[in-house]
Order: sequence, then C-alpha cells, then structure tokens
Amino acid sequence: MPSALPDGEPVPADGALPASALAGAAGRPLGFYLHVPYCATRCGYCDFNTYTATELRGSGGVLASRDNYAETLADEVRLARKALGDDPREVRTVFVGGGTPTLLAADDLVRMLGAIREEFGLAPDAEVTTEANPESVDPAYLAALRAGGFNRISFGMQSARRHVLKVLDRTHTPGRPEACVAEARAAGFEHVNLDLIYGTPGESDDDWRASLDAAIGAGPDHVSAYALIVEEGTQLARRIRRGEVPMTDDDVHADRYLIAEETLSAAGFDWYEVSNWATSDAGRCLHNELYWRGADWWGAGPGAHSHVGGVRWWNVKHPGAYAAALAEGRSPGAGREVLSDEDRRVERILLELRLREGVPLSLLKEDGLAASRRALADGLLQERPYEEGRAVLTLRGRLLADAVVRDLVD
Amino acid sequence: MPAIPSHVPEPSRTDPALIRNFCIIAHIDHGKSTLADRMLQLTGVVEQRQMRAQYLDRMDIERERGITIKSQAVRLPWAPTHDKNSTHILNMIDTPGHVDFTYEVSRSLAACEGTILLVDAAQGIEAQTLANLYLAMENDLTIIPVLNKIDLPAAQPEKFAEELANLVGCDPDDVLKVSAKTGLGVEALLDKVVAEIPAPVGVKDAPARAMIFDSVYDSYRGVVTYVRVIDGQLNKRERIRMMSTGATHELLEIGTNSPEMLPADGLGVGEVGYLITGVKDVRQSKVGDTVTSQHKGAQEALGGYKDPKPMVFSGLYPLDGSDYPELREALDKLQLNDAALVYEPETSAALGFGFRVGFLGLLHLDVIRERLEREFGLDLIATAPNVVYRVVMEDGSEHTVTNPSEFPEGKIDEVYEPVVRATILAPSEFIGSIMELCQTRRGVLLGMDYLSEDRVEIRYTLPLAEIVFDFFDQLKSKTRGYASLDYEPTGEQTSSLVKVDILLHGDKVDAFSAITHKDQAYAYGVRLVAKLKELIPRQAFEVPVQAAIGSRVIARETIRAIRKDVLAKCYGGDISRKRKLLEKQKEGKKRMKMVGSVEVPQEAFIAVLSSDDSAGSGKGKK
Repeated sequence: MPSALPDGEPVPADGALPASALAGAAGRPLGFYLHVPYCATRCGYCDFNTYTATELRGSGGVLASRDNYAETLADEVRLARKALGDDPREVRTVFVGGGTPTLLAADDLVRMLGAIREEFGLAPDAEVTTEANPESVDPAYLAALRAGGFNRISFGMQSARRHVLKVLDRTHTPGRPEACVAEARAAGFEHVNLDLIYGTPGESDDDWRASLDAAIGAGPDHVSAYALIVEEGTQLARRIRRGEVPMTDDDVHADRYLIAEETLSAAGFDWYEVSNWATSDAGRCLHNELYWRGADWWGAGPGAHSHVGGVRWWNVKHPGAYAAALAEGRSPGAGREVLSDEDRRVERILLELRLREGVPLSLLKEDGLAASRRALADGLLQERPYEEGRAVLTLRGRLLADAVVRDLVD
Repeated sequence: MPAIPSHVPEPSRTDPALIRNFCIIAHIDHGKSTLADRMLQLTGVVEQRQMRAQYLDRMDIERERGITIKSQAVRLPWAPTHDKNSTHILNMIDTPGHVDFTYEVSRSLAACEGTILLVDAAQGIEAQTLANLYLAMENDLTIIPVLNKIDLPAAQPEKFAEELANLVGCDPDDVLKVSAKTGLGVEALLDKVVAEIPAPVGVKDAPARAMIFDSVYDSYRGVVTYVRVIDGQLNKRERIRMMSTGATHELLEIGTNSPEMLPADGLGVGEVGYLITGVKDVRQSKVGDTVTSQHKGAQEALGGYKDPKPMVFSGLYPLDGSDYPELREALDKLQLNDAALVYEPETSAALGFGFRVGFLGLLHLDVIRERLEREFGLDLIATAPNVVYRVVMEDGSEHTVTNPSEFPEGKIDEVYEPVVRATILAPSEFIGSIMELCQTRRGVLLGMDYLSEDRVEIRYTLPLAEIVFDFFDQLKSKTRGYASLDYEPTGEQTSSLVKVDILLHGDKVDAFSAITHKDQAYAYGVRLVAKLKELIPRQAFEVPVQAAIGSRVIARETIRAIRKDVLAKCYGGDISRKRKLLEKQKEGKKRMKMVGSVEVPQEAFIAVLSSDDSAGSGKGKK
C-alpha cells in the first residue's frame, strides 16, 4: 500500500455506502484486508504506512498501541458489518498485511480473524493469509496461527544475498526464510509464498539467480517477484540521489524479469499475474485476485483501501487518528471516490491485462481495438487467445504492460 | 513650475522661422524618455500632477523594456530664457531606439533639422547610438551633444565629453551636461535647441508635400499618421493623396500633439502633426511616403521612400493546434500597426498549422512574439530564426528560400545569403574575444578605431544568418555585457551553404532542417542528433536519429527500444493511484507530436528550437 492517499470526496461518519455499491453484491466474492501498521525498524526502500513506535497518540488522547490494536481493528470490522447492512455474504478471503503483522502476538491475529468470523462468517474454503517476517516467527507462533484458522502464509524473503539484504535494510540472515517455509509446512500451512525483490542496487544477475534458486529450493507453492521501486521520500531514494548507491537501469530490470520467468517456469511455476507465479491454480492467491478482478473487499486498519461495488475509499493514515475515529464510533474513512462506468472499464483493462487470462476484447472501444491489433502485430499480445476474443500479454508484453494499457483504454 | 508662455503661435499659422524640429538620439536606458518627460513639464504641456514616468512610451512592453518602438511627435512652446517674448515651437520627434528600425529612424531624422545626441555620462556612447549619429550626420542634422545622468556617482563627464567631442567634431566644453532626472541643465538645453538648430525651410505657395515619419493604429481612431510638412499647407477636410499608391482619402482630422491629440485648421511649412483619414491599416499610410493634396497636388514625391523588407523569418506555431485561428487573428491585429510584419500560412509535418513570419530583425521578432504571448495569451513554438536565401540552380532557375525545409533539391549552382555590416563598441580589453567570436561566425574584419583610449569601435562584415540566432547573447557574455552591437544590411554574398536535415526513424523533421555553412554542417548535425537522443523518450521500437545532407548521413544516434514499462505492484491500495497516473499519462500523450511513428514530446521541440538551449556551443545554427 503506497503511502500517499488520493484525493476524494468525504466518507460519511457512519461509513455508509451508496445503494449502488451494494447492488448485485451477492454475485461477487467479499474479502477482508487487515492492515497492521507496525514494524520493528523501517526499511530504506519502504513507503508503506507503517510505524516503529509501539504507542501512538491520536486526537483527544486516544492511545493507539500495539497491545490494543487487535481490539481497535475489530471495532472497524463491526462498523463494516453495520455499513454492509444485510449483505448475506460470507467472507472468502482474509489477508493480513503490513507493516509487520507478526510483530503482534499470534493471538492478536487470531482475534482479528475471530471478529470477521463472528460478524460475517467465513466460507468453508476461505483463504486466510498473513504476511510474516522471517525473524519474528517460530514453530510455536506458526502453530498458533494455523490453529487459529490461518491456512496461507507469505514470507518476505527479498533476496538470498547478504549484501542485497543490507541495501534493503532487511535484518534477517540468509537461509532463514527458507527455514520458515519448512516450519510453516510442518505447522500444517497448505500454501506458502516467498516474496522476492530484484534490481536492488548492487545486485548482479547471479545474485538474482541465487535468490530464485534458494526460494525454489525451499518448496513454496507461490513466488512473488517485484522490481524494486524507488519511491520518493524513502531513505533509499535519498541515498540514490546522494550517489551513495546506483540507480538500477530499466533494462537491467527487464533482464532480471526474464531470468525470473525462465527459472521459475523451469521449476514448475506458472505466471498468473505480472509479478506472481504459482505451482498450480490452487496455489494462486485468491485474495489478490479479488483486487485484480474488481471484486469487493473491506480494508481495515490505518491507511487501508477498500472497494465495494465501484466505490473506493481509504482510511486515515495515522494509527492515532484511526483509533480516535473508531473510539468515537465514526468511520475512519478519509476519502472515497465513486467510479463512473468509464472509470470501471478503464480499471478493468488496467488490472485484468496483468492476468494470465487477460482482458476480453469486448471491453475495448474502436481506438483501443485498433491499438490491440497493433500490439498483436508487434508481438505484445498472444495470438491464440486473441483469436478467442481476449487480449493476453506475451512475455515481452508483460514487460511493457503499462504501455499496452495506455493504448488499449482509448 | 514654468509659466505657460504667452503668444503661442497656432498650428497652420506658425512662422517657420519660429519652428525647431528635433529628435533625441540615445541608447536604451540612457534617459531619453526621462528627458522627454522633463521637457514636457518645463514647457508646461503636461502638468505636474498628470505626469507619469515616461509619458511618451505607450505600450507596456516598451515601458518594461525601457525601449521605444513607435515614435511620436510633440509640439512644445518655448520662450528662450533670454527672450521671454519670442515663443518658439519646438517639435520633439521621438525616434525608435533599435537596430531593426533603422529605416523608421532615418525617416524620423529626415523630419528634423537637428538632433540631441544624448549619452549616459557613466557609460559613454553605444553602438546603436553611434549608428544613428552617423545617420543624422548623413542627413546634415545639427547635432547637440549632451551628457545625461551627471548626478550619478559613477559619471565620468570629462572622459565622455572628450569622446563625444571627437565624434561630433566640437570642443569638449560645448558638450552640455544635464540630469534629466533632476531637471538640471534642461532649460539650457531647450535654449540651445532654439539657438542652434536651423528653422525649417520650405516653399509656402507650392503644392503641399508632407512626409510620413510614423503611422500608428489606434483602435478608436483608426490609423493616426504623423507627418512633417515640407512645402505648402494641408488643411482640414480636404482630400489628400498618398503618392506611392495614388490612393486618396478624406482628411477627417488634422492636428498636433501636446502630447494628446489636438485638432487644428491645418499644418503649414515646417510643421509637424498628425492626420486621421479613417484608414484601418498602417500599410495604407506608409512611413516614408509623401502626402499631398488631391486637388492641385504635387507631381513629385519627396525622396527616400522604401518598402519595409523582412530580413529574418521564423515559423510560429500554436502549442495547441486548436489555437490556430486565434494566432491568425492576433497577427492580423498586429499587422494593423506594423507595416513591416509579413506572414503567410505554412504547414509543418511536425508542428502542424502555423505561419511563416517575416521580421525586420531580431528585436522585432522578439517583440512580436512576446506580444502574441502576452497580449493575446497564445502559447507558441517558434522555429529557429533564419534569413532569406537566393538559390540559383544550374539550369538558371532561381528560388527564394524563407524556410530551410524548402531549400531546393537537385543541382545547385550558387547560394546567396544576406550580409550585414556590423559595428561593435566595447572596452578595448575585449578586442580578442570579440574578434574570435566574429571569426567563428565567418566574419571579415573591416576596421577598428579607438573612440577613446580604452574603447574601440570594431567593424565586421558578417553573414546575417550568423547573427540571427545567438550572436548577441554570445557577444554579451564574452564582454561581460559591455559590448553593444549595431548592424545594417549591405547586400548578399555567395557561400558554400548546405541544408542539413534531421531524420527520426527515417522521417524528415521539417522543423529541424537548417541551412548552414558546409564547414559547420557536421557540428550542427552531431549536436542536434545528440540533443534529440537525450530529449526523445524511448519508444516501443528502436529509433535511429540521423542528420543528413541530401542522402548523405553525417551523424547518427540510436534511441534504444524501451524494454520495461510496467509497475511491479498493483494491489488494492494502488488502483486509484494507478488509474490517476494513467489519466495523467494520457494527457501527456496528447501533447506528443507524431513524427512518422515516433512520439516526440513538445518539450523536445521547444528545447531544440529555443536559443537558451544553445549557450556554450553556439555554432552554425540558424
């Protein structure tokens, strides 16, 4: 979740949604994102909404602390229940992200999940994921999560190389994330993901291959690989500006991506989204697919974003302000936007084109269609699916996805 | 404050013996407008409380830049201090102060019998002032040398009096010393105008002949024409004839300025005033033309009339193509008041619809461009200025090229380019760097003279093309701002000139074509190609950028194809941001110009075409 919030209209104090948002809701899956805005230390590349202090004070002296955080968040889940009214849907996915969720006690994470179960009910096959820091979990912790209902876990591995981890300010030792995978499997987690970052200043092609090999060797069923984005305002951006570390060239990013695709597919992983690979359809992250397919999710926690039926909104960023709003029974929503039909069409193109299934050509207008034919001729779209009425990116097209989107939305 | 003089002679009934017609020759900032203001006050034509600084300069741009573009004439009554009973009429004719308006200056001078040579006592004479001084001498004007700003701590009146005395051929003690700001010495100057400048001489009973020395469009009155009557008399309500065209008009109003327009019965021999005929376009009332009566008019026009001839051309294009009609309208309006402005529509594959506009020179170009942007709110791209080439083919046919992209293909026999005689005045310590600059610009030294022990006048023949782009900026920077420049067209010369084309992905970019000397073509090509490689974003395919003379490529760079254009992460919180970014990128895409299949940002055109960009290299571009 990027740090800067968009501009939008205000959110009603009770968090109520326009009637349009709830129309036809029963046909769409519903998920929950739970944000934990705490980290032990801030990494130099990170611009997420996270804080290293254990206690933060909001207006009116309301205290937001790690210790009562689960309770505060549960308040928002109860507010969601009211806002969604008689929406009968059970929750299909829950994803706890951060920050560092595992800085909280396992019981806290389980308690947050409990609030959802209590207010909405969990579908029997619900996917329940948490992100985890390799340094902050052990077998007992993992067992507690598993027992509490979590069945998917995502570890921030980033790299297998010490010098790369150092540039990223990651504190774990190489080897630890792979060990975590084994511990998670032992604890009974069905699905395990490793997050990797490529293109870190100082990383070589071989460093990247080593990281991929180490990740694959640990036996996860899902790998995410992200090009390092140097966000304005981060420590890393400042270091690059001062010339302390070099900026990675886009061509290097392209090379690393091709290495990732080659290595992962050789090991039995298939891409299903530009930056995500899984060993099987069952290994895909259902929750993330909600984002990409325009489904509904409620994002709870400071700075969390939500989407229900064409209404996007986002919470206040500061944990103190967030806690204060909920303490007064107000929605912590900072702003929202109600999407027009054209906005939703554009969003579908820009999101779905990232997926292996691509975008139905029926979504495109005349100019977009003409552009899609050019993209096909340029080798950016695959031929077979195109004949069947879908725009699906080729490998080269995946690397130029944003450029293709710009043409297709016309 | 001054008493209003008694027995002021009226227009049309003024004895020529009491008239003194003069102008002020001065450099920008040397205080001409302030001196004029002080004269208006001392002669009582403008009351103190009405006085605003620089009364005579009307346009905002003039006031801001401290320059006078359009001249005017003011009738000032003045009774000399020693003889309060003989009120004279002083007609002060304001002259444009810049190199581009030499012809207008020459007509203003031709309307006078004398001139005040006004020089800043802290700076000495500048090149343009010197050029105008020579012009005044050629016109046999009586010259009154005056040093201004003698109240300044940095003033060196002795040194510069010596300099002026040498130039004018008088005694240093005869140089008047004034402060236009405080008024010190201005009365003595007015007395001297009466005492030294000859009264006009003309034939009272001859058919009327009046010379137009200025013509100004006024949105309420139509064209206001300023004239100096040489012979005979013009009377209100008669019909008049313009001798260059034969067109006749009814004289709706005739009068003098003091300084506002004041209608009169007519204008007699030696008098200066204005005419209003109801015409709407200054080209119907041209500077230098002779006005006569329709009935029993003169047979022979006064000498010296010339049609204004544009020397420098530039393509002007609206940044937003939909502003094209506004640009046309704005040019139409400016032309009402500017007989020297010419333009015709042109189409550029790269820049769309625009106009090829001809100017008298660089300042003229700058002023017009600035007025289009400021007064008409237009955002413009201007192609690099170029001169007019005459191209003679081997088969004897001839082409006049005002746009480099229209330079003919095929067998060329000779190419002629305009040349100028440039005069540069500067402190002598800069002789070396000035000569070096002129040398790299294909200059030929004509001569050099010391004006005083540490100031020199350097004369060069230079191709006009070499000075239209950034010569003046370079000159200023090499002389820490001390040098001044004047130039006058002196004809044309044959040169080894070639057209350099710039190709993007094989397609010619017409806006970047340039005509350069063949020795400078390579440098131009290399520089432009490197610049474009930097400015044009990577595209989905590899884009070669080439400079070529005809089919011969002289420089090449390659813009590599873009390989990655995708954001790695796109999760719940990224979506709104991502959609907004997309909208912004679409906006940016709209501002791209398509050259063949290559998207070129407008900024690239502006960066390549603007002169700021060229500082430091400064070679062979047009």
